[in-house]
Amino acid sequence: MKAGEFLIIGGGPAGLMAALAASEFGVESLIIDENQAPGGQLVKQTHMFFGSKAERAGTRGFEIGLELQQELSTRGIKIETQASAVGYYPDGTVAVMQNERVWPLKPRAILVATGASENFVSFPGSDLPGVYGAGAVQTLMNVYGIRPGNQVLMVGSGNIGLIVSYQLMQAGVSVKAVIEGLPKIGGYLVHASKIARAGVPILTRHTILEASGKDQVERAVIARIDENWQPVSGSQSILEVDTVCLAVGLSPLTEILWQAGCQMYHVPELGGQVAWHDELMMTSVPGIFTAGDVTGIEEASTAMLEGELAGLGAAKYLKGESKELQCRIDDTACRLASLRAGPFGQKAREGKCKLAECRR
Amino acid sequence: MLSDKLTSTGVADQSDLGQAWPSEDRLKQGPVVVVECYQEIPCNPCETSCPRQAIVVGENINDLPKVDHAKCNGCTLCVARCPGLAIVVVNAAYSQTESTVTIPYEFLPLPEQGSAVEGIDRQGRVCCQARVVRVLNTKAQGKTPLVTLAVPKGKEREVRFLRTAG
Repeated sequence: MKAGEFLIIGGGPAGLMAALAASEFGVESLIIDENQAPGGQLVKQTHMFFGSKAERAGTRGFEIGLELQQELSTRGIKIETQASAVGYYPDGTVAVMQNERVWPLKPRAILVATGASENFVSFPGSDLPGVYGAGAVQTLMNVYGIRPGNQVLMVGSGNIGLIVSYQLMQAGVSVKAVIEGLPKIGGYLVHASKIARAGVPILTRHTILEASGKDQVERAVIARIDENWQPVSGSQSILEVDTVCLAVGLSPLTEILWQAGCQMYHVPELGGQVAWHDELMMTSVPGIFTAGDVTGIEEASTAMLEGELAGLGAAKYLKGESKELQCRIDDTACRLASLRAGPFGQKAREGKCKLAECRR
Repeated sequence: MLSDKLTSTGVADQSDLGQAWPSEDRLKQGPVVVVECYQEIPCNPCETSCPRQAIVVGENINDLPKVDHAKCNGCTLCVARCPGLAIVVVNAAYSQTESTVTIPYEFLPLPEQGSAVEGIDRQGRVCCQARVVRVLNTKAQGKTPLVTLAVPKGKEREVRFLRTAG
């Protein structure tokens, strides 16, 4: 395994776009990904993407992943799968493990695009078989063609909760309800309307009290909650379900950034601890870039554009400035800003502002 | 302003729908688009798919689509392109007794042309019997088949989903 100039850790939407953008300016990249196939979360996203034509709006996520891989292979960019970055050393070496063998790679620049992991909530019975993260459910169904259960309670009404509910129904699974602690639905209302008309009640200001069953989940108890997030007495109801699916947010996967000594800050709007980065996604450690959910939980479309920026940033770092490069950077930055310009981008906008100020 | 019902249940109420519904005059002239998109999200395939510029999002991709019903001929191209599946085409001039609604339908099995199905409203309730007039599922729909349902006159305002028998 050869590192090339630019080692990209994580072959999701951000990492793939970074390699493509960097290659436009002659940067030789290697992408490593711990999964069997690259694409990150794109591989299981069967819904059409939002955004504009430039971000491939209207195309389904998994098809975007395939298109990007096709472009990478056309340009001769190498992807090593089932390869994990297991350590960063002070001299800039990244230890990459593949097939029980560790490769010490020493690239001139690194992109950490490792994504995020799912959050969980604890409740009595949350350790029973049948309690899943929504990402796991989506992988089982859409990658492996396996139904996780037959009757599902979805916890969380963000886009992941809403989209996975819809996809469960497409797979012939009955979704008994989607519950949400906040008074308003978290995700896009168009996704909510899709499942509402298919007959799934969305219950805001509700929580799960417990799951129970002999060897696995057989039922779940939910209740309405008041302004102080306390269950309202008498509002409990029992749902006969064999699956409880948790879609309660994501946290950035930042281990490599910590190990590399990047300055990290806690920004709640971005989902937890994230690395400070400049406008071109470079962290406080020169030559180490970061992009996608690991820099703040958002959507795949913004991850793609952040990845593109990071790839262009790496090109500037490795090859120097040029007029053409600056034009590309300005265009990508502008498209990213416009995706975040609406009410749904507010959290990310505020988070990124806070993060930028951390180091001033 | 989004209604509380929409933001807490996902079901649009009259105050939301009012903005989307074409004029009575336009409805009398035949098929026309109804864009039930009420929330500012970064998205514009409706605009780019329309060959007649009847739907405009404009410079800010987060703006709501503005629909010029006079320019729309009800071609249904945008229906399968909307990532939110928030667009239908209604034909209130279909016949003396029936209207049609063309909806995006991403479930299997697809209903058979000519078959009877249940017309389902925005809340998932049965609101009438419906007849499948056409099923369109070519490459152009990109795995979002379009189903045109004939429904009793007036129900084109309510039917947004279908349920097959059994």
